[in-house]
Amino acid sequence: MSQTLAQADRGSAAETLTAVPLRRPGLRVAAVVVLFLLVFLLEGWITNPRMQWGTVGEFLFSPVIMEGLRTTLLLTVLAMALGIVGGVVLAILRMSKNPILSQLSWCYIWVFRGTPLLVQLLFWYFLSAVVPTVGLGIPWGPTFVQAETNTLITQLTAAVLGLGLHEAAYMAEIVRAGITSVDDGQNEAAQALGMSRGQTLRRIVLPQALRIIIPPTGNQAISMLKTTSLVFAIAVPELLTSIQGIYSRNFQQVPLLVVACFWYLVATSVLNVGQFYLERRFGRGAGRGLPPTPLQRLRAAARNHREETAR
Amino acid sequence: MTTTTTSAPVIRAESVHKSFGRTEVLKGIDLTVSPGEVMCLVGPSGSGKSTFLRCINHLETIDRGRLYVRDELVGYEERDGKLHELSEKAVARRRQGIGMVFQRFNLFPHMTALENVTEAPVQVRREPKEKARARGVELLDRVGLADKKGSYPAQLSGGQQQRVAIARALAMEPELMLFDEPTSALDPELVGEVLEVMRALAEDGMTMVVVTHEMGFAREVGDSLVFMDDGVVVETGRPADVLGAPRHERTRAFLSKVL
Repeated sequence: MSQTLAQADRGSAAETLTAVPLRRPGLRVAAVVVLFLLVFLLEGWITNPRMQWGTVGEFLFSPVIMEGLRTTLLLTVLAMALGIVGGVVLAILRMSKNPILSQLSWCYIWVFRGTPLLVQLLFWYFLSAVVPTVGLGIPWGPTFVQAETNTLITQLTAAVLGLGLHEAAYMAEIVRAGITSVDDGQNEAAQALGMSRGQTLRRIVLPQALRIIIPPTGNQAISMLKTTSLVFAIAVPELLTSIQGIYSRNFQQVPLLVVACFWYLVATSVLNVGQFYLERRFGRGAGRGLPPTPLQRLRAAARNHREETAR
Repeated sequence: MTTTTTSAPVIRAESVHKSFGRTEVLKGIDLTVSPGEVMCLVGPSGSGKSTFLRCINHLETIDRGRLYVRDELVGYEERDGKLHELSEKAVARRRQGIGMVFQRFNLFPHMTALENVTEAPVQVRREPKEKARARGVELLDRVGLADKKGSYPAQLSGGQQQRVAIARALAMEPELMLFDEPTSALDPELVGEVLEVMRALAEDGMTMVVVTHEMGFAREVGDSLVFMDDGVVVETGRPADVLGAPRHERTRAFLSKVL
């Protein structure tokens, strides 16, 4: 027995291993069953006459829905921008040596994370009820510019403020986690070179923190894209609001909700791709190499295939 | 006048005290480092040698005593008989003349070797990028790594990383270099290449303070050796004298363990 093993060993030691792969029949059966169930469900869904696929196609690119999608994307971008900038500021304040600044930041996060987003949206929307005019001037002194709150805070600005300020509270914690994840030796090395605190933060700490910050921020952006649907409560004509507007007239709820899902999926898929490339960009130097992009993977596969066939 | 400034000590410590909470880590350090001198600080871990080194460029503040670099108080200014804390800007300006090399390299991982070297000249001294790059390549060449200028720190060995760190510190043209156990995190076979670069630097006349456990380096390259234990300077002298014929029991006990 040991002799045959040793012989086999000697015979194949120099060659690459060509073993018969272990068969796993159970797994195959399970895969077939799952695939069958999936096909069954899809078939039922697609061929169901009440799904009104014609209606789905009719409204998929309708101008009202395109306009709604545009508003959804605009809201997402503006709210995330406000959230990220606000989050960075809050995180830096939170880590400040000044106790008043760090406590203020803590309070902000406490309030904006601790109350429902829907309440905050309504609050901004009805702000004019308690603060009818907004002005710029010296506190308790003269006012230079003044405007009606209702003209200043439109439905869209109320939506952006509500979504963005709420987001800032979450982003603050994400940014803080990123900054604290950077080794303190990086700070010391930068300071020993004579760099100022601001330079150290901007050039050394934040770029490294971004590697930690980007994945959860991508999550937040995708979540934000869907959360914008909440602003139907203050009648901003985004994707879901315009869909609801249509089905309240033609009562084709399910087909129109399928249209909504389709566009939300398209938009989140685009965000996924963006996140992949951002992570690649800020992953430089983190490992010994970067993961290949889909295009690079495709090229590598094509090259392999050519070599295989050439042989 | 010129003779007095050139012969004035680069570092002058007078009764430097430092505590972390209730533990006193420096209990009155007195020493001077002259221009061009290579001083090696040795001693058991926890003796305060790294802390003292970090006080020199104000990464740590001192609690009592006086610490001067080039006749200027570190981190403070004396006006009308009172100490005034220096602004962040002034501290940063004084740090530019002091290069520091860390035990764990602390290279910026998101930048290539060359970008690590040019970062401070471009950002702090506002040098034009082209000029900084040319000098950066020169410096990398000086530490034997000109061919690695496009590599990220993660792609370099420990010894190579530490040599890049030395080039990075030299890019600010310091008149004083601080080394905090520069070879302690290295695999044994990589220690030599770093010590070689440091030896060349010493031969060029750089003033250096080196916290090290490399007694061979201290003996061959050092001009003076300071043995510290428990926050005080136990013994100072020429390396050959201290290592060959230690006068204090504590020095003898330490050396018997490391030599």
